[in-house]
Amino acid sequence: MLRRTLPQAIAFIIGFAMLIQYFIPHPISERFYNVIVQQWLIIILGFMYIFALRSFFMHHIVKIRRKKEGYWFSAMAIVALLFMLSSGLITTRGVFFDSLYNYMIAPLQATMFSLLAFFIASAAFRAFRARNFQATLLLVTAVIVMIGRVPIGDYLWKGMPDLVEWIMSVPNMAAMRGIRIGVGLGAVATAMKIILGIERSYMGGE
Amino acid sequence: MIFFLIIGFSIVANDTPNDAGGSILITTYNIPEGTQKIELYRLAKGDTIYEEAGLIPPRGECEDVSVVDGVEYLYRVRAITEDTFYVAETKEFISSSPQWFNRTRITVLLFFILFGGVVLVYIELAKKNPKGLFIRKLPALDAIDEAVGRSTEMGKPVLFVPGLEGITDAGTLASITILEKVGKRVAEYGSRVIHPNFDPIVMTTAQETLKTAFSEAGRPDAFNKDDVFYLTYEQFGFAAGVDGIMLREKPGAIFLQGYFYAESLILAETGYSIGAIQIAGTNATTQLPFFVAACDYVLLGEEMFAASAYISREPRLLGSIKGSDLAKLAILCLIGAGVIFGTFAVIANNAGNPSYLGIFNRVLDFIARGNG
Repeated sequence: MLRRTLPQAIAFIIGFAMLIQYFIPHPISERFYNVIVQQWLIIILGFMYIFALRSFFMHHIVKIRRKKEGYWFSAMAIVALLFMLSSGLITTRGVFFDSLYNYMIAPLQATMFSLLAFFIASAAFRAFRARNFQATLLLVTAVIVMIGRVPIGDYLWKGMPDLVEWIMSVPNMAAMRGIRIGVGLGAVATAMKIILGIERSYMGGE
Repeated sequence: MIFFLIIGFSIVANDTPNDAGGSILITTYNIPEGTQKIELYRLAKGDTIYEEAGLIPPRGECEDVSVVDGVEYLYRVRAITEDTFYVAETKEFISSSPQWFNRTRITVLLFFILFGGVVLVYIELAKKNPKGLFIRKLPALDAIDEAVGRSTEMGKPVLFVPGLEGITDAGTLASITILEKVGKRVAEYGSRVIHPNFDPIVMTTAQETLKTAFSEAGRPDAFNKDDVFYLTYEQFGFAAGVDGIMLREKPGAIFLQGYFYAESLILAETGYSIGAIQIAGTNATTQLPFFVAACDYVLLGEEMFAASAYISREPRLLGSIKGSDLAKLAILCLIGAGVIFGTFAVIANNAGNPSYLGIFNRVLDFIARGNG
């Protein structure tokens, strides 16, 4: 009962209420939405972070204890978390905390992001090998789009930017919209199945 | 003070439609030439002096959002030119009120009723005749056994990444369904699944799902709760963490299932570099090309949502897939008919008959913007 029926009943009531709420602009409806989404969800997420932190510490402490490969990364992760946490709690006005964020975390994130350029190059190299008709078509289209997006494309042939624009806004857009319509319908159907209790795998098993 | 009440320059005030109240829509017509700014004034019923209520933008329309529901107001506008000003005012009191139905969303409601109806009908039909439903092969889902088996033979773990969205995302829910199937196979083969998480709620759900999957496979003892762990809520921190796991643990199979952003290719390329068999699936259309380029198998968009039906072969779930397909066919027909009628309407308009274009625009306005 508590494991299946109650969560299913909650999913049905809240799911159906949220569906109706979408069509009602009245302040009562807005308040309901704010309570569910902006208050309950934040409260639940806040409590879930306790579990998250427990999981984080347990995972890394076990790795350190067993001296698994790269265990000192785990030690670094714990030290970094505690250092960041204490800098936010102890220092006044958050200057030190902001500096840590702006001059350590942000550059580290930018470094990870910049790796994407190299990964795109290596993935493109594999994807563009002309093994069959489809791959050749992909290669030719990609070369046209790449040349048309840089100034040399316009220099080589005046019509190149227009051709690229057509590729992007007609065949490319048609394929993207097809996938998006499918995703949208699939998402609506999934939501319906959850509300009606047909789809139950999210509760841990069929 | 000299001002002109000129013929033509006028103001209309109405309760703003389809809103939560507290707003009156002000529209001015025939704004005098050379107007530099239009000032708005408001008089509440019972008051004697007009109060300033801001400026109206040059397009001549604005919402007065500082009104109180139920209180009646008169409005006056003053269009100021370089050397004089012109005044227009409303004749009747107007008040704002909240609405109980947003009419701009009527097309969404109609679509939902039709779509929901079709899906429910097919679910019922599927229950009556479960053998009459066919679902085409999805190689990415068929490859799960192969990937887990290969990983087990190599003595390596399986890595499952559920994306960067919360449990409210449909893609994440679909990934949980696939996780259940992966978990069962992992338990049956006596392997191990590593599940790093971006969202704590997804982490708890994944723990429960895997626990149940291991129990159903008859191996509850083999489930290690700490293999489903929390990593970080930072996008590239998460990417770096998962990359680190890939390079240290060298999983034999990697499942990238859920909603991904720019980190998709970073993860998929790292997985490729360690020689793992990769099965991706996402409802993020912008990330699909990256997965197609770097992974062995990909579930494209809606295929993810069909996973639960495909895996379980449960008639009611298969029926919902059939219903979605029928709705897609209807939308396809509607788009086709719209293209043909729109082209015809433009040709007729160029030939001097604008009535068809008018009908087309009204239909388009109703469907796209809900302004029937």
